[in-house]
Amino acid sequence: MTTTYVLRGPRPLGGEPADVVLADGVITQIAAPGTADVPDGSDVVEVAADGYVLLPGLVDLHTHLREPGREDAETVASGTRAAAAGGFTAVHAMANTSPVADTAGVVEQVWRLGQEAGWVDVHPVGAVTVGLGGERLAELGAMADSAAHVRVFSDDGKCVHDPILMRRALEYVKAFDGVVAQHAQEPRLTEGAQMNEGVVSAEIGLAGWPAVAEEAIIARDVLLAEHVGSRLHVCHLSTAGSVEIVRWAKGRGIDVTAEVTPHHLILTDELARTYDPTFKVNPPLRTAADVEAVREGLADGTIDIVATDHAPHTREDKDCEWGAAAFGMTGLETALSVVQSTMVDTGRLTWSDVARVLSANPARIGRIDGTQGRPVAVGEPANLTLVDPAATRTVDGRAQATASGNTPFAGRELPGRVVATFLRGRATVLDGAPVQAPTGSTAVGGGVR
Amino acid sequence: MKHLLSTADLAKDEAIELLDTAAQMAATQSREIKKLPTLRGRTVVNLFFEDSTRTRISFETAAKRLSADVINFSAKGSSVSKGESLKDTALTLHAMGADAVVVRHWASGAPYQLAHAGWLDAAVLNAGDGTHMHPTQALLDAYTIRRHLGGHGGGLRRGGDDGVGADLVGVKVAIVGDVLHSRVARANVWLLRTLGAEVTLVAPPTLLPIGVEAWPCRTSYDLDATLADWQPDAVMMLRVQRERMSGGAGAFFPSPLEYTRYFGLDARRLAVLPAHSIVMHPGPMNRGLEISAEAADSDRAVIVEQVANGVAVRMAALYLLLSGSTTPATEGTAL
Amino acid sequence: MTAGTGMPGTPDPRDVPEGTVVLGASDVARALTRIAHEIVERAKGAQDVVLLGIPTRGVTLAARLAQRLASIDPAFDPERDLGELDVTMYRDDLRRQPTRAVGVTRLPAAGIEGKTLVLVDDVLFSGRTIRAALDAIGDLGRPQAVRLACLVDRGHRELPIRPDFVGKNLPTAQSERVRVLLAEVDGTDAVVISGREPGAVVPGEGGER
Repeated sequence: MTTTYVLRGPRPLGGEPADVVLADGVITQIAAPGTADVPDGSDVVEVAADGYVLLPGLVDLHTHLREPGREDAETVASGTRAAAAGGFTAVHAMANTSPVADTAGVVEQVWRLGQEAGWVDVHPVGAVTVGLGGERLAELGAMADSAAHVRVFSDDGKCVHDPILMRRALEYVKAFDGVVAQHAQEPRLTEGAQMNEGVVSAEIGLAGWPAVAEEAIIARDVLLAEHVGSRLHVCHLSTAGSVEIVRWAKGRGIDVTAEVTPHHLILTDELARTYDPTFKVNPPLRTAADVEAVREGLADGTIDIVATDHAPHTREDKDCEWGAAAFGMTGLETALSVVQSTMVDTGRLTWSDVARVLSANPARIGRIDGTQGRPVAVGEPANLTLVDPAATRTVDGRAQATASGNTPFAGRELPGRVVATFLRGRATVLDGAPVQAPTGSTAVGGGVR
Repeated sequence: MKHLLSTADLAKDEAIELLDTAAQMAATQSREIKKLPTLRGRTVVNLFFEDSTRTRISFETAAKRLSADVINFSAKGSSVSKGESLKDTALTLHAMGADAVVVRHWASGAPYQLAHAGWLDAAVLNAGDGTHMHPTQALLDAYTIRRHLGGHGGGLRRGGDDGVGADLVGVKVAIVGDVLHSRVARANVWLLRTLGAEVTLVAPPTLLPIGVEAWPCRTSYDLDATLADWQPDAVMMLRVQRERMSGGAGAFFPSPLEYTRYFGLDARRLAVLPAHSIVMHPGPMNRGLEISAEAADSDRAVIVEQVANGVAVRMAALYLLLSGSTTPATEGTAL
Repeated sequence: MTAGTGMPGTPDPRDVPEGTVVLGASDVARALTRIAHEIVERAKGAQDVVLLGIPTRGVTLAARLAQRLASIDPAFDPERDLGELDVTMYRDDLRRQPTRAVGVTRLPAAGIEGKTLVLVDDVLFSGRTIRAALDAIGDLGRPQAVRLACLVDRGHRELPIRPDFVGKNLPTAQSERVRVLLAEVDGTDAVVISGREPGAVVPGEGGER
């Protein structure tokens, strides 16, 4: 027997208040406030949600869960718990684990770990090339056919820079409606690079990472995608030039989608002046002009989604010299707040748009839109996130659910708070705190229609 | 002044105080007894994550001349070898009671981290970090320029012996060579600007950083034109690292010969300079590459003197960082 | 560090601190003349005497003494036989004070070897400055003798140091402030005592002891 939840008075997608009832894994009622027909029985929980916004459960297309291999930084269990705390109901786990997720065996292992943890649906991303080596294709078909139903392929962390290999990958995944998610970083232009190349890097003496190293790959890849008629996804786009190229490609009808991370929506390379490796990330933090350009691209639809690029790292990989530190920052538990702060509170996106860029679009790109990223409507799976947009909180890295403390927002006050998250009608977060999931939960595998 | 991390942090009066103190330190170094009791009982750690015998010896000499106890800590572990971490090293030095840490590091910003991460409370002197800063080198360069060009620049006449008290207003300095990778260039641009000098960076475009347009100086790709038309009072040649020429497609210039042809200082270019001008080099020199033997050995060259001035400048920096109390004096200890 | 702008003998009211004037301009002049004679008498002539002033006001006093010595004994050359000795780097209280600027040390060209060296300071108090000066001299050479001249000895010695030539012995309380004003620096010549109430001691600038 499952718990029935009655959400009293939230605003679905920021619209008019309503009562929403979740039972047996689906949304069973949406009624005017105070009029929901509450079923009899002891296992009914009422949730006062006056003033809260109800969103479809968030979907992250770009998460590093680190397991297998770097369980000291994050595990599937800890990372997905953090995801639930951040309002997510599905995450795509990147392939740069150890061993690399380049075989059916590894992706099935990650998928199974996700099911066991039960916090969110875990959809493994398969590596494009064997061992992320950039030399020959991994067995993409086997991963697609596995229990994990892989549809997103990426060498993230490394760029598929060989043009013929990229062409082959784009073509090959068409057979199973897959997508190549490219980490756009020209390797030769970024040898030894530490931060965005510009005024700040010149002054503080850190090796520069030019915008063109990202833009050149995106330009090449959209043209390749056009030529072979494939769809392409651009990971963590970070420069004004990249936005321009994607805008141009979409105008031409090229089947390209693009993502931006929360941190590239708000942070700039000025932070490198502190030499605090918390702010060392790939792609690097860019200039204020780039931040404005990606916000604009997200607002006008050039950029389809916000994805966290949640990249947990151990203390020892960050408590060191900038040049020796690992790239990456955590993001699952701050993503929604950053989007609210930069896009909603500034009037550039509505909550309905937030549902699009943080749920519907990523679900569609990952081809999990049969179960995730659905409308808030009767009969739909009860994957939902309840947000209190009026709350503010000061980020404390140690208080987060993720196993790593490398949040760039430590000490910052951010708006919005995830009050509850529901995965198929079961609360994974309630009253702002994760709810321990029962083991052996009945996650729906793959979610492929 | 709690730390000396970057010349960009120095106000003009602080910079002049450093140079003036260096002048007094230099005066003591011509005496038979060069040792002063000033920093007796204080501990200075030379923490070198990168080999630099010259810089270490200069700092060691400076600290010993001021009677400080000197501990040399060579930690050549790089990011690759993952030796003891910077943090653990800092905690160790803190436990040993270091009063000042002179740090040379391959990573830009490492001294800043040591000073700000809360790992130790010693004064931190940046002895060169990555491609970022080398403040004492810039200070000894400014000191050398001031000594020699007192009277040439419009602002120098106010100064007394060796330019003491003076700034560098009106002095023109050309810095030539690998600016991109040079902490010496960065340190000099900001310090010389603070002291009122004008700076022109001369380099092939590949060796100027993107973003250099925001620096307080001008740039040129043409050494001959800069020397002939701008008539600098001082020419500072930067060392060109051999590895900048290799790397195949990634090399920064086609050949040593071509570099020397366009950016080397030789007797012909020396002859174009004003009679009072001086030639500088932070060392070690690549004779025949960025500077010819004639130029290096000419009577315009002050390269050996730069080394000597380095000790005085480092004594001054150590004195100013270590002699005062960190808290304001409460009661005058009347003498 | 710059010379006072006021003309000698025309004191700027801003430069006269509150307190009691214990020596006026003529008293200061008489005291210096007497000290000059005593130096010559003690050294049996002035041909081997070198005066070293301790900054700031000791330097000024040494210059005045030099003129007087030259008029008593022409063997003394007020240009040649006068110097200044900065003791900053020899002080024992560097860590207890804000950072002090290092001053100039200037010795006669002939050095101090074998000379009768007379240290000149304005106010003798704890004796610690003179201790520092003696250490500094030790690093500079080996004079035949070192003597000490001061305009005011206010007592309260903390070290076994005694002046050879004193302008005025001035009994004081520890908490009082004694200031020597000199025309070249302060616009007027005077010795002023102030702060009779205990606990009024303020960290001194140059010339305050």
